[in-house]
Amino acid sequence: MTTVTNTAGPKPLNAIQAVNKALDEAMGLDPNVILLGEDIGDEEEGGVVGVTRGLSTKYGRSRVRTTPISEQAIIGAAIGAAIVGMRPVAEIMLMNFAAVAMDMIVNHAAKLRFMSGGQTHVPITIRTMTGAGFGTGGQHADYLEAWFAHTPGIKVVAPSSPADAYGLMLSCIFDDDPCLFIENMPTYWNPGPAPTPGERIPLGKAHVLRPGSDITVVSYSRVMNDCIAVADKLAKENIKVELVDLRTVSPLDIGTVLGSVGRTRRAVIVHEAVRAFGVGAEVAACINEALFGQLKAPVGRVGANYSAVPFSKPLEMAFIPTQVQIEGAIRGALR
Amino acid sequence: MTSSPSRDVLIDMYRRMTLIKQNDERFRTIIKAGKIVAPYYSPRGQEVIPSAVSVNLADTDYICTIYRGLHDMLAKGVPVKLLWAEIAGKATGTCKGKGGPMHITHPATGVMVTTGVVGSSMPIANGLALAAQIRGDKRVAVAYFGDGASNIGAFHESLNMAAVWKLPVLFVCQNNEYGEHTRYEVATAAKRISDRAAGYQMPGVTVDGNDPLAMYAVAKTAVDRARSGGGPTLIEAKTFRFHGHVFGDMDGYMRKGEKDAAMARDPVPAFRNWLIKNGHAGEAQLAAIESAIEKEIDVAVDFALSSPNPDLAELRRDVFSEELSA
Repeated sequence: MTTVTNTAGPKPLNAIQAVNKALDEAMGLDPNVILLGEDIGDEEEGGVVGVTRGLSTKYGRSRVRTTPISEQAIIGAAIGAAIVGMRPVAEIMLMNFAAVAMDMIVNHAAKLRFMSGGQTHVPITIRTMTGAGFGTGGQHADYLEAWFAHTPGIKVVAPSSPADAYGLMLSCIFDDDPCLFIENMPTYWNPGPAPTPGERIPLGKAHVLRPGSDITVVSYSRVMNDCIAVADKLAKENIKVELVDLRTVSPLDIGTVLGSVGRTRRAVIVHEAVRAFGVGAEVAACINEALFGQLKAPVGRVGANYSAVPFSKPLEMAFIPTQVQIEGAIRGALR
Repeated sequence: MTSSPSRDVLIDMYRRMTLIKQNDERFRTIIKAGKIVAPYYSPRGQEVIPSAVSVNLADTDYICTIYRGLHDMLAKGVPVKLLWAEIAGKATGTCKGKGGPMHITHPATGVMVTTGVVGSSMPIANGLALAAQIRGDKRVAVAYFGDGASNIGAFHESLNMAAVWKLPVLFVCQNNEYGEHTRYEVATAAKRISDRAAGYQMPGVTVDGNDPLAMYAVAKTAVDRARSGGGPTLIEAKTFRFHGHVFGDMDGYMRKGEKDAAMARDPVPAFRNWLIKNGHAGEAQLAAIESAIEKEIDVAVDFALSSPNPDLAELRRDVFSEELSA
């Protein structure tokens, strides 16, 4: 029910097209929007999966800059341009490569506004893709959002659908704070309903994707779709699952989460990142602090195995949280 | 020589050098007396470099500097009062007391970032230069850093990117012979840091950073080149720091006599003598500059010590554009 069957409206589009459309419109609106990243120009095929295709041709190679493979220099250049009023969108091809640029992201982008007493700020958007399931092994597929969510000063955004990717990307570009924008690689090509043109989705606001009265499932990014599938299945047994899509991991919209769990009194948090020390732990702790005594079951957490992402297909599939695990966690909380 | 500075520029350089020297002396006195508690990385001995660079820059030009950057900030024009208040951690400081000595920021005079991380001034200076290039506004960016920073990856990434894009940026390495406590040759394979420029097809110059005329000429050439679209330059300015790595260190790692010899060649009085001897300035004129600076510092110290501490609500401000809820 969540994908494709949009017959009357505009043509469905996938996340590649959705992000491309948002970048295109933002560049058209504001000459301060520039793009930096490896392979992003059309001479280099518009990005390794084509997210930036067409943009250097349309806006020129001064504003759409193919960079050296130099993550520190890419983020540094974005920061410097941003503090004097530009709105750079810097691509770190894969989320694991952000590790190479952590000093620039964590010590500088996230902190300059605070350390300067508000005299400077860093309106950059860092686009990055990740996700297991593609057989890319241990250094190309991690979900590392918890690293950044633990860093005050940077917003962490993780859309679960092409339409959300479009609306959230527009908001990130025009937000006055640094944003890390996480794109899921294995589902890049999956079509979804088209967004409303020009409509920005607010940052820091979770979205109740589906109301339900029995249990709240909180998730974001690709696995939100597994949560939808499980909720569909359980609906046939008259189990009403409320689905909360965080959309923005940090700052966390705990109000929406607590509003939902306050009603359902049961909650499970699902993310593709390793479960240990993950975003789920923070959300669970916040729920426990606010609703202890009202909960009918311990808050459940579903996340990836505590290991590197494995290569071998059976191992990789067992590493990623599955619909079976999500269903098990929900049923466990409902017992 | 075509880039010989005018008399006004010579006096201006001396004023900036003296501003740095006298502020540094007062900072060390005040910190020793316990009136301000702050980590302090004295730039004493390195006064010439940013003074000679800054007389070639406008307020609208950018610098990114590092934790040992007091001289770079003062030379670029950060108001002395605001600087002192920030180092004292007061609400009236450049950064409302939230940055401290290692993160002084003052965009009105082009001091855009001060970093406490070795090597991190360079990638960000590239971004400032990139904005200038895209806008065509003819501004120039300067990244200051030390000899130790030329061994970190960010240096190499930044020089390569700046050269590929012909960015209007100066990489000014203040080679004071020590990276923290470690001697240059223990940590650095290149005989001269300027040799590293060749790998990035950009001009690399080694200059006596304590010689105001030589330093001025090199800086002017590089600024003119950047401003006219010629791209980046790597300048290695040889110098020496008089007070170790961090204030309070006992110089136990230094060679005997090395510091005394450097201090005997103190560039500030040397330039003063040169100005008088060559008829560029009179004793009374320079003494007037010095006493005006001393008075400015008196005012700044009083201002810093008597200013209020930041409101605790500042903990919730400037994390994001929106204030966090209490």
